[in-house]
Amino acid sequence: MIDAKIPSGPIAEKWSTHKFESKLVNPANRRKFTVIVVGTGLAGSSASATLAEMGYKVKTFCFQDSPRRAHSIAAQGGINAAKNYRNDGDSVYRLFYDTIKGGDYRAREANVHRLAEVSVNIIDQCVAQGVPFAREYGGMLDNRSFGGAQVSRTFYARGQTGQQLLLGAYSALERQIGAGTIEMHPRTEMLDLVVVNGKARGIITRNLVTGKIERHVADAVLLATGGYGNAFFLSTNAKGCNVTASWRAHKKGAWMANPCFTQIHPTCIPVHGDIQSKLTLMSEGLRNDGRVWVPKAIGDKRKPNDIPESERDYYLERRYPSFGNLVPRDVASRAAKAVCDEGRGVGESGLAVYLDFADAIKRLGKEKIAEKYGNLFDMYRQIAGENPYEVPMRIFPAVHYTMGGLWVDYNLMSTVPGLFVLGEANFSDHGANRLGASALMQGLADGYFVIPYTLGGYIGGTVFDAVTTDHPAFAEAEANVRSMTDKLLSIKGKRTVDSFHKELGKILWNNCGMARNKQGLTESLQRIPELRAEFWENVIVTGSGDELNQTLEKAGRVADFLEFAEVMVNDALTREESCGGHFREEHQTEENEAKRDDENFSHVAMWEYNGPDKKETLHKEQLVFENVKLTQRSYK
Amino acid sequence: MGSSTINVTLKVWRQKNAETKGEFETYPINNVSTDMSFLEALDTVNEQLLQQGKEPIAFDHDCREGICGMCGAMVDGIAHGPDKAVTLCQTHMRSFHNGDTIVVEPWRAKAFPIIKDLVTDRSAFDKIIASGGYVSVSTGGVPDANAILIPKKDADLAMDAAACIGCGACVASCPNASAMLFVSAKISHLSHLPQGQVERKERAKRMIQTMDDLGFGNCSNHRECEAVCPKEIKLENIATMNREFASSLF
Repeated sequence: MIDAKIPSGPIAEKWSTHKFESKLVNPANRRKFTVIVVGTGLAGSSASATLAEMGYKVKTFCFQDSPRRAHSIAAQGGINAAKNYRNDGDSVYRLFYDTIKGGDYRAREANVHRLAEVSVNIIDQCVAQGVPFAREYGGMLDNRSFGGAQVSRTFYARGQTGQQLLLGAYSALERQIGAGTIEMHPRTEMLDLVVVNGKARGIITRNLVTGKIERHVADAVLLATGGYGNAFFLSTNAKGCNVTASWRAHKKGAWMANPCFTQIHPTCIPVHGDIQSKLTLMSEGLRNDGRVWVPKAIGDKRKPNDIPESERDYYLERRYPSFGNLVPRDVASRAAKAVCDEGRGVGESGLAVYLDFADAIKRLGKEKIAEKYGNLFDMYRQIAGENPYEVPMRIFPAVHYTMGGLWVDYNLMSTVPGLFVLGEANFSDHGANRLGASALMQGLADGYFVIPYTLGGYIGGTVFDAVTTDHPAFAEAEANVRSMTDKLLSIKGKRTVDSFHKELGKILWNNCGMARNKQGLTESLQRIPELRAEFWENVIVTGSGDELNQTLEKAGRVADFLEFAEVMVNDALTREESCGGHFREEHQTEENEAKRDDENFSHVAMWEYNGPDKKETLHKEQLVFENVKLTQRSYK
Repeated sequence: MGSSTINVTLKVWRQKNAETKGEFETYPINNVSTDMSFLEALDTVNEQLLQQGKEPIAFDHDCREGICGMCGAMVDGIAHGPDKAVTLCQTHMRSFHNGDTIVVEPWRAKAFPIIKDLVTDRSAFDKIIASGGYVSVSTGGVPDANAILIPKKDADLAMDAAACIGCGACVASCPNASAMLFVSAKISHLSHLPQGQVERKERAKRMIQTMDDLGFGNCSNHRECEAVCPKEIKLENIATMNREFASSLF
């Protein structure tokens, strides 16, 4: 039976009690311990900086050319915190409650409450670093309401909140690099985890410029490597985002939790053609002022401004009168799919709905709208070639965030002792659906305020064997990495990496996307191994392993997606209920809403790797709700 | 939307590595949708090259939504291409015409050595930040966020400067390969805020010293940097930086 190490006691005291009871590492001793951090997004940068400030020796890795590029930078809308600066009824408990409910009761209460508690410290920290949050005329911080919340708890820096928070964490990271306490390895990819006597003790990396394979030893390894949304090929993730670090750790014993929980974001710019390489998000903040609609009639091909008010269906306002356009992401996405399935979708492909600002512009004036959303409107115009001040935006759901990830206990430690997982890479806080403006909060909570305590608890309570990179476990892991690289380079087939990736993406989007059913999932479980087999016989990887070789990098990542996808689909097939972003068509209410089965599925599904091409073993962590009463989510 | 297709020829700088001499290669591409992004046009060329067993063009990119700052190349001699205030990934083929020959080169600056094809090493920017582009505050023990009041005007000015994505277009377009716009954006961001006051003199001195040490040139008011900046970082920041530097001497 797996132990999530949830502290005892009342929910509001668990974290303080746990902090007090966790072992400490004496400041003078910290420099004797080396910590590896992989990834430099909000979680990785904040963890690296904080641990280095405390005195640990930190080695940080990212595949981008600079730690500042990590994909947290692209988050637009904002960051939640239970500050209650608006005096509108917010509290730590309400943020906790909203997050549990928003996640459709599939997250761990204790973790979520801690997240809500430390949310208030995050804002203080970021302001102290010089993050230029939006201000009111009196000099106080401004807030907005965001993504299905009925209070205004979202802090923001124009439409670039992720950028500003990441640059804050990056500046803290660079300060430590300058001070010599962090050894930074940009353009370096983790390709294996090294486990010695059951503990995570290092990683194998490839220097992406020289191709050099290297060994790094440490006392603990932190993965802050983001989500796996790019399994779908088209997503709002950066092109480099991948599952490789998580997946290779999985193969070394870290169990994967709830991989079928994927968030499809309702407001993205629609797909335009086969060569499209990625999808662009339009911040959900736009739903505060934009109204979503489609024509009432099927196949109405008139221009949007030619369709009279009486012939428009503002379907979110109609179906969900109390939340209207602000329903949570999973609900908004499914509703968009439903109207498009009815043949009422707009645009050339019929796979889009309108997000209309005409009323808001009438009410507030163009200037005010430009001040709030100017950069997003410009971005839309640049990509779609249309002016959203004059015609409604066309939007459609796209893969955006993954709630699933490596399983972690309350200490953020995976099933491999010494391997911690932070941020989007872990599964822990968002259940089956993440609320808007909560990803930034979780990344920084994990890095600034959780890991410094729980890592100390682990290091302080562990006796470490003296291990160097000469240990046979390092040699074995390195040999694995080399043989995979050699194999990829030797195939010299006829199909490009992207073509495999796109095909996998289509399989997943059609069968494991916004709606899933048994037949589609079963067929995918057949098709994915076939595609994987073809990949290993027919992929083209040019060049060599001793140089910058972007095709080789991509090939390794797609090879992992091709394995990971099977677990994702299997998880979706096994979870015979609908919850949050996981919508099984067999399990819906009469009003087509997600129908949970709390009796049989109120658990975290954890998958254990059993070897190549072998079926994984399913384990379960039962979720216990002591504080929140499980109800059918209603946004009507 | 009015999408259509065009035929263009890409003339792209190919260079195996820092030690090898580079040269232009020519790649015609037909039936390019004008809705395609510039990087998707490069993707198209690369898919064709791979099919022929040839090495694809190496280029940096990541978010493809204009915010990570990883992409960038000189397109017909202009950093990030012909469109104003966008990154290369946000440049679309509708900005080009049927029959165009488009010349694509890497950033060229002493402080940004070429790694391969269009990929350059911009780690000098990180070194400049590491030398002082921060507020020296460690995690924990900071005051409540609203204890630091900041006039909206100052917060807005700080945000204008903080919007820099560190892509390096300013350096690449400057005849002196100066990094002044980049450095001044950071100095100006922090000097507009109360949190940045304590270290403002030291910060300016150290960052400017590092910038000089790394081989970036001086500013001689060509204003190319401002013209190509995808985030429209203003030249006024350089004036602010010069003021900060001058005051740091006393």
